[in-house]
Amino acid sequence: MSKRIDVKDLNVYYSKFLAVENVNISIEARSVTAFIGPSGCGKSTFLRTLNRMHEVIPGARVEGEVLLDGDDLYDSAVDPVTVRGQIGMVFQRPNPFPTMSIRDNVLAGVKLNNKRISRSDADDLVEKSLSGANLWNEVKDRLGRPGSGLSGGQQQRLCIARAIAVSPQVILMDEPCSALDPISTLAIEDLINELKADYTVVIVTHNMQQAARVSDRTAFFNIAGTGMPGNLIEYADTTTIFNNPVQKSTEDYVSGRFG
Amino acid sequence: MSSSTLQKRRSQLTKGRLPGYAVWVVLGAAVVLAAAVSALVGFNVFAWAVLAAVFFVLGATLVTAAAEGSRKAADSLMTYLVYGSFVIALLPLLSVIWTVLERGLPGLSYDFLFTSMNGVTGAVDNASVENGTPVLGGAYHAIVGTLQITFWATLVSVPIGLLAAVYLVEYGKGGALDRAITFFVDVMTGIPSIVAGLFAAALFALVFGPGTRTGFVASVALSVLMIPVVVRSTEEMLRIVPNELREASYALGVRKWRTILKVVVPTAISGIASGVTLAIARVVGETAPILVTAGFASSINLNVFQGWMSTLPTFIYYQILTPTSPTNIDPSTQRAWAAALILIIMVMLLNVVARLIARAFAPRTSR
Amino acid sequence: MSTTTLTRSDPAGRSGDRVFSAAALGAGVLILAVLFGVALFLILQALPVAGADPAEITGGEGFAAYIFPIVVGTVIAAAIALLLATPLGIGVALFISHYAPRRLAMTFGYVVDLLAAIPSVVYGAWGYAVLAPRLATGYGWLAENLGWIPIFAGPASQTGKTILTAGIVLAVMVLPIITSLSREIFLQTPTLHEEAALAMGATRLEMIRMAVLPFARNGIISAAMLGLGRALGETMAVALVLSGGALTASLIQSGNQTIAAEIALNFPEAFGLRLSELIAAGLVLFVITLVVNIIARWIIGRHKEFSGAN
Repeated sequence: MSKRIDVKDLNVYYSKFLAVENVNISIEARSVTAFIGPSGCGKSTFLRTLNRMHEVIPGARVEGEVLLDGDDLYDSAVDPVTVRGQIGMVFQRPNPFPTMSIRDNVLAGVKLNNKRISRSDADDLVEKSLSGANLWNEVKDRLGRPGSGLSGGQQQRLCIARAIAVSPQVILMDEPCSALDPISTLAIEDLINELKADYTVVIVTHNMQQAARVSDRTAFFNIAGTGMPGNLIEYADTTTIFNNPVQKSTEDYVSGRFG
Repeated sequence: MSSSTLQKRRSQLTKGRLPGYAVWVVLGAAVVLAAAVSALVGFNVFAWAVLAAVFFVLGATLVTAAAEGSRKAADSLMTYLVYGSFVIALLPLLSVIWTVLERGLPGLSYDFLFTSMNGVTGAVDNASVENGTPVLGGAYHAIVGTLQITFWATLVSVPIGLLAAVYLVEYGKGGALDRAITFFVDVMTGIPSIVAGLFAAALFALVFGPGTRTGFVASVALSVLMIPVVVRSTEEMLRIVPNELREASYALGVRKWRTILKVVVPTAISGIASGVTLAIARVVGETAPILVTAGFASSINLNVFQGWMSTLPTFIYYQILTPTSPTNIDPSTQRAWAAALILIIMVMLLNVVARLIARAFAPRTSR
Repeated sequence: MSTTTLTRSDPAGRSGDRVFSAAALGAGVLILAVLFGVALFLILQALPVAGADPAEITGGEGFAAYIFPIVVGTVIAAAIALLLATPLGIGVALFISHYAPRRLAMTFGYVVDLLAAIPSVVYGAWGYAVLAPRLATGYGWLAENLGWIPIFAGPASQTGKTILTAGIVLAVMVLPIITSLSREIFLQTPTLHEEAALAMGATRLEMIRMAVLPFARNGIISAAMLGLGRALGETMAVALVLSGGALTASLIQSGNQTIAAEIALNFPEAFGLRLSELIAAGLVLFVITLVVNIIARWIIGRHKEFSGAN
């Protein structure tokens, strides 16, 4: 489990518009990497290119390479569906499937793909995934109830359980706590710390304290102005980014002078 | 100044306003005046009510104009007109429902529901009128025909309508083809039902020879009317399924078609089902397309692919227009209204069911 | 070229995607095909009329002379319906959106929608059995007192089965269409505009004239157009209610006929050239309603663009 990601000369376009320009970055396996930067700087767009989710948006396309342990995600022989099976994603707002129970939500990745799974294997997978998401104790007595009945923070952990149930190599998180209260946020942050033992975690966040708390490495993205592409400005150990950044704009941003 | 506290002082804000009872005074005067005028030309409740309404609106407006000024008068005139238009709109509805109940109930019986018109001739009707015996013959064949034709129409239009809506919402990228489909679906909702009937008749005439009239031809005609309704309602329901659910499914490595079938459609299923039910309710009462496609039958036909067939609407139509016995039309009229009652009950039930489905299975969205 | 976990993928799933999207696309294209099919098959079946000897056409003077009176009759009936239903529909819509007590407004909306649920043949039967006899008295009065106006020229029909009665029944049938569309648009009026008008001391009528009606004008027009499309094509109400005949100016005598009723009344017994005639008449009706509906949709489309800015 857990693989590294190397991005080489990546450009992201929306139709003709260049949204993110020339990104080169290496994300280590079994680590937490945070993407920070002001709104509209392309960090979420870039995150989506790491499991080809940007292709859901009409007109979005990329140039360059994204290597998962050396294999290019954008090779013409690669099926985006296979990529997403290996690189999971958790979204800004918790989005459990409203028609499914808690149990079915966890098994969604397996069941929706019509894979056969025995009842006992399914039970094991549900328990393992929910435990992995620190949710098992809270929901083990009501697995048959709808997932939408949980609190926001529980729903988000359910979504994380759902993502790890398909045993991915990498988990991408797109501002996973921005719709949650502080206590739920703390629970998710604790969980992220535990997840890095088994997975490569990449998290986009607006919250610099959060980046400082959870990540090993931090990448700062910025944009020169509206209509301009976003760029990767600086990428280093989190302590370096927050205490001793090389770039002036990084220092301005992490010290709260803009953004 | 000192004693005025006991007397009720008129507020500055209500100055120049008519007191609340003024409207009732005008109403009473209008009713009396209308009674007098209508008595002059020959009393009639309908004329009395109309005149009273007219006098009231005129009188109340004039009184308001005199006391409160023309702006207030125009405002109250508009209020009366708006309330009046709602009352006028209710009249035909109440009249239709009352008529159907009053004239339909006497003819409604077990025999009417479960016998056909097979063997019921003018002589039979004449006999029942002359001897005062119950009216024979019923709408069983027409009920069976209605159910069959509607069933096949649903079977044809629901898959096409659903898939087309899925195409527009999930696969369409706003290109020329998508806009053409959206536009023509809208236009199709406006096709006159008789033209849809002619289309089906012409289509089957070209393929199977002229004069091909079966229940299935009618089903095709009804499908032309039903498809746009199904597409529109399904499209609307699919569009309100949050994109986050699709993305969540894609992010789990689920393919698009499985995402649509197992996440998107189940989330929207109640709205889709209620839309389909309303579409059925719409076509179940269609008459014109049946007239030109299924012909007319007085006996039971269980095969939609062979032979002529009756439905409740065509049964009503022919019983009124060409009574079984031209000399004694009462039995036919009675059968027509009884059939109309059954038809209205069917349509209303479908409408209620649609609302219940929409409410009971409303998507359990988060939060 | 490394073959890895990434290039492995189940071919069944991929083809599933292809089959499903092709089916969806096919359904969409099929709908277009059906609409063009409607036009094409009607044209094919109507063609014999074009080559026929004018003397063989019903009326003996060619297709144009046959179709003209019933086109005019159709337009008259629809015009009566629209003239009655549009103001009434706007009134009812305003009642539900701005006048009725809020808690009851929804229920009143459902009640008016019930009008749309009643099948057309029931309206026809009602017009035939209930409305026409009642109106006959009124027609007699009109002919006596206003007979000098051509549209009320006597002698009035004794049965009341006239184009005016048919128009009134059609008005009842298109009323829910006009009401529900206008109601929806009235409810979309920006609250800010309404409150701005009220804050200036406007009465309710003035607020409606300042904020609601200008905003809804296009919507009302297109609602009326859609109602017109329905009235032009409605068959049963006219077939049962009108005792048709030659074109006459008077609305209270029997006479006049509409395309849809002409087809419904004659199609069951028609064959050969007569059949083609009726199908050609249907084609004419199709084109008329198509044009009306396209204009209505076009106006709605423009309305969307404008209201989007709010």
